[in-house]
Amino acid sequence: MSSVDMRLACKPADYKSDIKPIWCPGCGDYHVLMSFTRAFAELGLPSEDIVVVSGIGCSSRIPAYTNCYGFHGVHGRSLALAAGLKVTRPELTVVVASGDGDGYSIGGNHFLHACRRNIDMTYVVMDNHIYGMTKGQPSPTTEPEFDTALSPGGTGLRPFHPLVIALASGANFIARCFSGEPNETAAVLVEAIRHPGFSFVEILSPCVTFRPDEKEWKSLVHTAPVAATNDPAKAARRIMTDDGFNIGILYRGDRRPYRPAIGAASVDLSELEKDFEL
Amino acid sequence: MSSAAEAPKVATVADLLAVAYQIEADAVDRYDLLADQMETHNNPELVRVFRDLARAEGIHRDEIRRLAGDIDVAAHAQRVAKWQRGESPEQVNLGEAHYLMTPWHALQLALVGEQHALAYFESVVATAKDAGVKKMAEEFVEEEAEHVNLVHRLLRKYPEPPDSWSVDDDPPSQQE
Repeated sequence: MSSVDMRLACKPADYKSDIKPIWCPGCGDYHVLMSFTRAFAELGLPSEDIVVVSGIGCSSRIPAYTNCYGFHGVHGRSLALAAGLKVTRPELTVVVASGDGDGYSIGGNHFLHACRRNIDMTYVVMDNHIYGMTKGQPSPTTEPEFDTALSPGGTGLRPFHPLVIALASGANFIARCFSGEPNETAAVLVEAIRHPGFSFVEILSPCVTFRPDEKEWKSLVHTAPVAATNDPAKAARRIMTDDGFNIGILYRGDRRPYRPAIGAASVDLSELEKDFEL
Repeated sequence: MSSAAEAPKVATVADLLAVAYQIEADAVDRYDLLADQMETHNNPELVRVFRDLARAEGIHRDEIRRLAGDIDVAAHAQRVAKWQRGESPEQVNLGEAHYLMTPWHALQLALVGEQHALAYFESVVATAKDAGVKKMAEEFVEEEAEHVNLVHRLLRKYPEPPDSWSVDDDPPSQQE
């Protein structure tokens, strides 16, 4: 079967599992799941060649809702798991799903070094500016004045700027999407997965339960008016000066992905297991 | 909804049937997804409403498949029924869903979807160069206009709920 035939033969539904999502009705993550399955179908990848890795949080439920291989890892460590997987099984397509709490706070350090290392995988962060699963604590991207019972008067803290940090740390592809535009998001995910190296896609995905104000995002997002650049300085200026609702591919770098030389296994696993015997 | 410029290009009757088929198929998927959400969140009345809407769209989808005869509209749709921006017209906005939503809200979503489909087929009529495409698109316009009227008639049975419809004294998720 040719790659075109393979692509036409794949339908988004082929990548959905039988498990029904338990996100709140209205949650942006439903659309992100749709974008994942549409992107996989467009790429025509066999589901057994894709691995969706996640950490903890509402967004991190996503591996269960696809019928690809999945790994629902520990909080903030999805990138470490995914990096290990990709360097040892480079033939697999590795997509990592996270949220702004999991990815930027608990997993913040892994984020920096995954960008720097530039392993060929795609990191998708569903950013809703809140910890949704644990009932609405401020996350690193929460606005300083966001005032709730859990953050009286707001945190007063400057929000984290994930795209700038990704660029400065060496990510090879940077994009911002909005969950409410699943076709556009799927198209960006296709580009991100195809692009060599570490691709970072931030998806603004409203939390309708703890941030009902984010329903307004639909009217605030707008398409990036210019094509993606491979010049980090231009990209930095664009990302630093935009309003946070600029949607599209913002940076497409040409750094060579990190591919460590993996030799044949030199350790006998049964010998190794003996070391850990209690 | 996408603008006419971003909607799929329709050059032949087969293209039009494929796009019409995809619009209805997408609507079935979307209503079923909303019904699943309502099932998970224990809103049985809305489960019934969304399943009924999915069934109705499924009947339209199957009618288009019959109308297409030997043309494999599902396969052709994979090639031609692609929206550059936005989604196909009857894919109602999932962001508007709420676990306490009422039949009135569901019908409002359905109404928007039908109006978008009507506008889409009207745009095909306005721009069609092929006489066969124009004639069939006019039939779809008539059909979608009837669907819009049907939703309006159903809305008479389900008046707008009071502003307090989303108030929940014991919500499943709240800050403590």
